[in-house]
This record gives sequence, structure tokens and C-alpha cells, in this order.
Amino acid sequence: MDLGILVTIFDSALRLSIPLLAACLAGLWSERSGVVDIGLEGKMLVAAFAGAAGAYAFGSAWAGLLIGIAASVAIGLVHGFASISQRGNQIVSGVAINMLAAGLTAIVGNAWYGQGGRTPPLEGDQRFGSVLFGHSALVYIVLLAVPITWFVLGRTRFGLRLRAVGENPAAVDTAGISVTKLRYTAVIIAGVLCGFAGAYLSVGQAAGFLPNMTAGRGFIALAALIFAKWRAWPALGACFLFGLLDASANQLQGLSLPGIGEVPVQAIQAMPYLMTVILLAGVIGKAIPPRASGVPYVKER
Amino acid sequence: MSAPLDLPRWADTVLVPAISVVAAFLVAGLVVLAIGENPLTATRWLLQGSLGTGEGLGFTLFYMTDFIFVGLAVAVAYHAGLFNIGGEGQATLAGLGIALVLNNLTFLPGFLLIPLGILGAAAFGALWAAIPGYLQAKRGSHIVITTIMFNWLASVLIVYLLVNVLREPQSMNPETRAFPEQSYIPFMHDVFAAVGIEIPNSQLNLTLVLALAAAYFVWLLIYRSRLGYAIRVVGSNPSAAVYAGISPARIIIIAMVISGALAGGLAVNELMGYQHRLLLEFTSGYGFVGIAVALMGRAHPVGIILASLLFGILYQGGAELAFEQPAITRDMVVVIGGIIILFAGALDGLFRRLVAHLFARQKLARA
Repeated sequence: MDLGILVTIFDSALRLSIPLLAACLAGLWSERSGVVDIGLEGKMLVAAFAGAAGAYAFGSAWAGLLIGIAASVAIGLVHGFASISQRGNQIVSGVAINMLAAGLTAIVGNAWYGQGGRTPPLEGDQRFGSVLFGHSALVYIVLLAVPITWFVLGRTRFGLRLRAVGENPAAVDTAGISVTKLRYTAVIIAGVLCGFAGAYLSVGQAAGFLPNMTAGRGFIALAALIFAKWRAWPALGACFLFGLLDASANQLQGLSLPGIGEVPVQAIQAMPYLMTVILLAGVIGKAIPPRASGVPYVKER
Repeated sequence: MSAPLDLPRWADTVLVPAISVVAAFLVAGLVVLAIGENPLTATRWLLQGSLGTGEGLGFTLFYMTDFIFVGLAVAVAYHAGLFNIGGEGQATLAGLGIALVLNNLTFLPGFLLIPLGILGAAAFGALWAAIPGYLQAKRGSHIVITTIMFNWLASVLIVYLLVNVLREPQSMNPETRAFPEQSYIPFMHDVFAAVGIEIPNSQLNLTLVLALAAAYFVWLLIYRSRLGYAIRVVGSNPSAAVYAGISPARIIIIAMVISGALAGGLAVNELMGYQHRLLLEFTSGYGFVGIAVALMGRAHPVGIILASLLFGILYQGGAELAFEQPAITRDMVVVIGGIIILFAGALDGLFRRLVAHLFARQKLARA
């Protein structure tokens, strides 16, 4: 393998890891505040659809991004209402969000454009073009979200409070800080980040929306989140690793490796899931989620 | 707000789920309106297509069979306090079990091969659920995450096997060769024809009887057996279970094994009853519908049968509806499923409080 191939693989790994990273950070914000989010996939899908539809309608990729973010936040607030205000089961709500997103995007897309759920192809200003090293502005914004997340959650008063809410909400409540408000804020931030992830897929990477185009990326992001043990820099590492696996699966297709023979693509595709299961089983290291994640907070106890 | 909600039993088990389903349909109606179609005409086509003809009814009951199995699978785990969202993966593996048994034992007569195929489905489904169950019980890995990962692992595995190993050499399609004919579970119209009754042809087959038997078995298990009692104790209070001499780890694994075996029923109905070969994506997301079915049916077998009938109507009627009003594709059913899960599952408290409030007012008025 010469340098050219390595650069190609690195480049496509970066491209493939960006939506994972945005969704993974979304999950990080949400779960650090104590709201479990298995609806990342659904939020991403809704954002991808709304982003492409918005970009098409207004002829601007940035307008698409904003609309994608708005849609993702709206769906996120449904999850927030169910899990924070109504103290419902957060897993159930996440499953519902994923189903709703898959069904709604397909139906509305079909009703609006009549192309089997696809949006019309985007061209010119309707897409994010490259600004630096062949990558679009979205790539750099999402990469920038990593140090911002690290700094805000680790070094600011707001971030420390938000993390405290995910570990011991009663203590935060006793200090006179609103648990509800902090959790809603986290859910909204998660919505914004999923908006970036979705818009990147349909307006940046591809030229338009395809039904079910997230294809499980939300769940790989969830895997990456566990892999990163709910921390920002490791999240970057985990997402890049999974992006690299994805990129090399494309490159290694049909190739025979010395000593191993031909590696089936599926074996590489299975790696993120398998690694997550092994990590969760505590065979190598231990992934411990925020203590209060998934537990609704009841004030008067 | 945290005062105990006093509700009569019938209100809790019938009224609250019914209200959430009605609310779900109202929201779905709004979606239909929003895309510029008439919800009432849509409902008429839906009912006409699913219940209006004998053929339609047959298909409705065929889908109902699928949903009973996956609904029961979710319910059994739910009673043990586990949220098994791995129905898709467990059913996929069950399909693999069926294909391995049927295509390797082609020399056996049908009366042996059919039960063995069903056992193969149950065993493989159970195995795929037992691993997450074991990891939850012994290593504390969260069952939700592991079952999600196992869904994806199953889908990757089945693609690999069908493309590289099990595919018929001459075929371009990633599917196995057809199962031996004696292993087909008889179609209902053939069964009725054998006793001289003519009913319209459909995919409906005898697996429906197996599904109803499974529902009865689950009722016996959960409400009438020692094991079922242990499952419910672990589900509601694991530390009390320990004091009662019940091992939560053991019960968790057993509940997941039963749950996975039940999910295998989906593969029995789809593959042994209808497709007669193993192919990709035969589970069609029904594993997730099982969650809606179980939540709506309050994890009780009778509720699950009713909820499965409703989803059978939606799936069959939805297919007919998509034919009549192309703007309303079958994705509408997925939307309705999602809304039902949201309302009957996550926003359950909203409706319970509403009903409890109404009952409290009534009581005051009477006093």
C-alpha cells in the first residue's frame, strides 16, 4: 500500500466519521444530563430530510442546515417532553422517535416530491461545497464541537451543573438549580448536533435525501459514545476509528491480506457492534454510564 | 403530582390504552390531512382492504400471527423488567435455524421435519437472546444496548451467510434454495379445502394456531406458574426476589431465552408458512412493531392478541390503501406504530393522570 491509498483512506474515514461524531456528541450532551437517547438515528434522519427539503426550497445549503436543525430540535423536544416532563420511559420514547422519523420522512417526502420518498437532487449553492482541503465547512464546525464540548462540560459552571444533573439530580435540585431546565437545555443541544449530522448526510455528503439514508449511523454513534465512555475527546477517537473501519471496508473489498486471506466486508462492518458488546461486558475496561441516566427525576421525594 | 393514582382496574387495563390508541389515530389522521388526503376515505379503504374481503381478512390474520409472536416476546422480557428490543435479530437468527434444519434434513417426512424446523427457530432465536441476557445478568451490560447491537450483528451475519455460504450456486439472489416441500406449514385455505370448506386463498397458514397456543402458554407461564411468579417478582423488585430465594440472574437469562424463542415464531410464519426459503430482511421491522403491540396490550396475552389484530388490520389495510391512495404509502403504518409506542409507552402517565383526574372529580361530585 503506497501513501496515496493511505491518504485516500484517511480522507474518506474523516468524511464518514463526521456524521457519527456529531450524533455521538449529541448523545453525550443528552446522556451526561441524565436523558438516555436512543433516538439519535431518528433525529438524524429527520434533520437529513428537512435539511435537503429546506436547501431545495430556499436554494441555500445554510438555510437547509437551519431547517434541519429546527426539525431535529423539534423531535428532540418531543423526547424531552416524554422523558423529562412526563417522566416516561426514555428507551420507549427513543424507539418511538426512530419509528416516527422513518415513517414520517418517507411519507412526507413521497407526498411532496412524488419520487419514492427522495428529495429532488441538490446542486450548486444548495449543497455545501469544499472550503479547505476538499472538505466542507460542516466538517470543521463538527470537529470544532469536540473542544467546545470538552471545555463547556469540563470547565464551565453550566457544564459542571449539567453533568451533576446526570449523576445526582437531587443534589443539584437542593442547590436551587432547576433540573428540568438543565435537562431541556441538554436535549436541545443534542437536537442541534443531530441537525448537523443529518444535514451533513443529505446536503454535504450526498446531493439530496434518500429514504432511510442514516442506515444505522445513529446506533453506531451510540456505540461510539459507549466506547468513548461519555467523554468528548475519546468520542472523536472512537468515531474516527469507526469511520476508518468503514473506509477500509470499502478499500479492502475483494482484497486478499497476507496471512489472513480475503477479509469479508461484513466482518469489518460488524466490528463497531462487536467491540461495543465486548466493552460493555467488561472484558476490556469498563464503560459506566452517568449514574442518573435513564432515571426520571421526581422533585418531591 | 406523585400522589398515587387511584384507578379502577378496568380503567387501568382497558380505558387508558384505548385512549392512547384513539389519540394515536387522531394524530395519524392529522398527518393524512397534512399531506392533503382525506382521513375518512383513507380509513374506509383501510377497513375495506383488511376486513372487507375474505382474502383481505386472510392476510390480516397472517400479519396478526407475526405480531402475536413478537409481541409475546417483548412481553415476557418486560415482565422480568427487561426491555428486549432485539426481536429483529432474534427472528433473523431463527430464520437461519429453520434453513439449516430444513435444508439439511430433507430426507425426513413432514410430520418430523415441521416440528424440528420450529424447534430450530426457537433454539436459534433463544440463543441470540440468551447472550444479551447472560451479559446483563452476569456482567451488567445494559440489555437495551446489547440487543440493539445484536440486531445489527444479526443483519450483518445473515448478509454474509446468504451471499457467501448458503446461496444457491446458480442463483443471483442472496437466498437459500427452497425448503423441501414436505416442510411447508399448510395454508389455511388448503386445510379448510381438505374438510370441504372453500375459503379464499391467502398467505394465512396454520402458524396462527401455533401463535394462539403460544399466547395461552405465555398466560399460563406468567400468571399460573412458579417460574412466571419468579419472573414477575424479579421484574418488579429484584432485591425482594433475592430475599425470596430467587436468583435474578438465573431468571433474567431464562426470561430472555423464552423471549427469543417466541420471537422465532415470526420466522416460522414468514419462512415455513409462506416464503419457503431463507431470504434477506424477511423480518421487515416487525420486531419493532412487537414493542408497540406489547405496550398496547399491557404485556398481557389477551391484550397482545387484540393489539396484533389491530396491527394486522393496519398492515394489510395499509397495503390496500397505498394502492388506492398512492400518497399514503405503507410507511403510514410505521408512523402509527411510532405514535402508539409514544402514547401507550412513554406518555402513558399523561393519559393515566387525565383519567385519574376525571375519576377523582366524579368521586367528589358524588360525595
